Amino acid sequence: MTWTWFHRLASPPHLYRTAGRLTPWFAWPAALLILAGLIGGLWLAPPDYQQGDAYRIMYVHAPSAWLSLMVYTIMAVAGAIGLIWRMKAAHALAAAAAPIGASFTLATLVTGSLWGKPMWGTYWQWDPRLTSELLLFFLYLGYMGLRAAFEDLQRADRVSAVLAVVGVINVPIIHYSVVWWNSLHQGPSVMYLGRPTMPPSMLVPLLLMFLGFTLFFGAVVLVRLQGEVLNRERAARWVEEEVGA
Amino acid sequence: MSEATLKGENVHLWRGERHVLRGVAFTVSGGECLQLTGPNGAGKTSLLRTVCGMSYPEAGRISWRGADVREDLPSFHAEMAYLGHEPPLKLELTGRENLQYWVGVRRRFAAAELDAVLERVGGRRWADRPVRTLSAGQKRRVALAGLLLMAVPLWLLDEPTTNLDVEGQHLVGALIDEHLAAGGLAMAAVHHPLAVSERGLRRLELGGV
Amino acid sequence: MSELSVVPSSLARPERAPHSAPGAAAVAWMMLERDLKLAFRKASQLVQPLAFFAMVTTLFPLAITPELTRLRHIASGVLWAAALLSSLLALEFLFRDDAQDGTLEQYALSGRALTGLLAAKTAAHWLLTGLPLALMAPLAAVSLGVPAHALPGILASVTLGTVTMSLLGAVGAALTLGVRRAGALLSLLTLPLAIPVLIFGAHATQLAIRGEPYGASLTLLAALAVFGMTLAPLAAAAAVRINLE
Repeated sequence: MTWTWFHRLASPPHLYRTAGRLTPWFAWPAALLILAGLIGGLWLAPPDYQQGDAYRIMYVHAPSAWLSLMVYTIMAVAGAIGLIWRMKAAHALAAAAAPIGASFTLATLVTGSLWGKPMWGTYWQWDPRLTSELLLFFLYLGYMGLRAAFEDLQRADRVSAVLAVVGVINVPIIHYSVVWWNSLHQGPSVMYLGRPTMPPSMLVPLLLMFLGFTLFFGAVVLVRLQGEVLNRERAARWVEEEVGA
Repeated sequence: MSEATLKGENVHLWRGERHVLRGVAFTVSGGECLQLTGPNGAGKTSLLRTVCGMSYPEAGRISWRGADVREDLPSFHAEMAYLGHEPPLKLELTGRENLQYWVGVRRRFAAAELDAVLERVGGRRWADRPVRTLSAGQKRRVALAGLLLMAVPLWLLDEPTTNLDVEGQHLVGALIDEHLAAGGLAMAAVHHPLAVSERGLRRLELGGV
Repeated sequence: MSELSVVPSSLARPERAPHSAPGAAAVAWMMLERDLKLAFRKASQLVQPLAFFAMVTTLFPLAITPELTRLRHIASGVLWAAALLSSLLALEFLFRDDAQDGTLEQYALSGRALTGLLAAKTAAHWLLTGLPLALMAPLAAVSLGVPAHALPGILASVTLGTVTMSLLGAVGAALTLGVRRAGALLSLLTLPLAIPVLIFGAHATQLAIRGEPYGASLTLLAALAVFGMTLAPLAAAAAVRINLE
């Protein structure tokens, strides 16, 4: 009974319309939160006593990293739902989310590299966070490459769902082994601010950015989801009626 | 109740964007052979693969002995044999070895039984040569020997007479007749009518897309 | 008139025909025997990954330095990178042949658990590729200036590492079953998942070379292998079924 909304979502036209209606509810708050976070982080927050103004890239780097991981998890969960309950909508969500997650991973790597220059003097270090993100990036590329290798969309969906589930189980193992490896070899210090606590003036903009990025992901994935649904259903009549010839 | 009956109800299957099976329905009872005909691309192979459980239909159901096959696929598979277009044989193994590893995971059988099925398909002489060295017709005969050896009630055959000469086609017909006479069922996709006795024969024509 | 009672007379009766089916162990043994027999009849295939391994380890002295004292420092890395890449090469013939001639399909339709059958195939594959690689590793190590006391540790770690590689490779091979020229994609999918093996394995080797106790790292490698043994055949069976649809 309470699951009827869930099952109705599986119907493509309903999914398409719902996604369209929800998008502004994600997009506008995301824009506001990110704007507030940027103002707070780039301008209002005080400089760090160790790193000066260089640390401010954290306001983009940390949320990107968080999202790169969250999106992979969402892909895996959506894939699992699609596999178990044979819901095409779940597979469409996974397909829509993948490039966004990969972009966040790339953003994490780039901002991490830019942060590295003032911190370590080089654009790259094999610190555990960056190395893990790099491997996560390869996981995303593998997922998208596997999808692209199949002409049959249904098979692409299901095979990549298995990969995503295998991947998400392995991510903690990979991360742990990388952290362990790094600790053995006197790696460079971790990329966070040295102090365990941050003053509210620094923390609040960071939280705003986390939330804003998450909502931003929501908005973008909804838009991409609409595109996915249209692509998958392009032969159906409701698509013609909805979008015009 | 749990009689040996195969039933398909309102089966719909899409392959990509093609609606290959549109509400296909059929019933095959013990002693009957359902002959599937239709032009290329009509969905004969797709229907057989859906019955096997390999393809998942978007709508409809396949039932065996009154129960949906999806509820217990392994048990269904244990009672069913599927022969696709190509004989499922390893080229580096002999015919005999192929049968041992192919059917051997399903059931235990004595060497005498293996010899008997090879004899039945006329393959005793070349059963111990690598399959690589056999002709297409001989390979098909080895596959038919495997079918017999599996000793299952339901046969799903995709173009079983391919590459067989006239004598071979009669062999297929005779094997199916014997199978039906013992109460077995068969579903066969064909381009030419089977040399099977009329009594147990049913027909299903699938339309082209 | 056929005298065969090949069609069970119990067809007409409601109960299922009581075939005597072989037990799971007998089936696994049968698959193992079959794959070993097949491999030995095409023995030239078996040599290729080993030759590749030898070739890759030769690249490094040629590219860097012939001095054994210096090679010793990079030996563990070279051995493991070469072992990983050679394992990938060997994955070609795990499922591909059986998928192409229809025998894999017959196993999926045999009524037996595909997971167990694939596990047996993976075990055969390891015996044919991973184990020989592990036996060659000490030889390659000597050529890289590794002292004799380290050889048992190298043998042990590469043995365990190749087990996990075969298992991971089985998942990758199952996922890319229908893809033409899947070599690069297979590597992209498998290598990130193999990072923990690489890290723990190379570390164990490094400890062995330095003469330090490496038991803990071996235990970690063994844990990875056990983890792989429980999950990889399941994932591989799921992927195979999807690709056979």
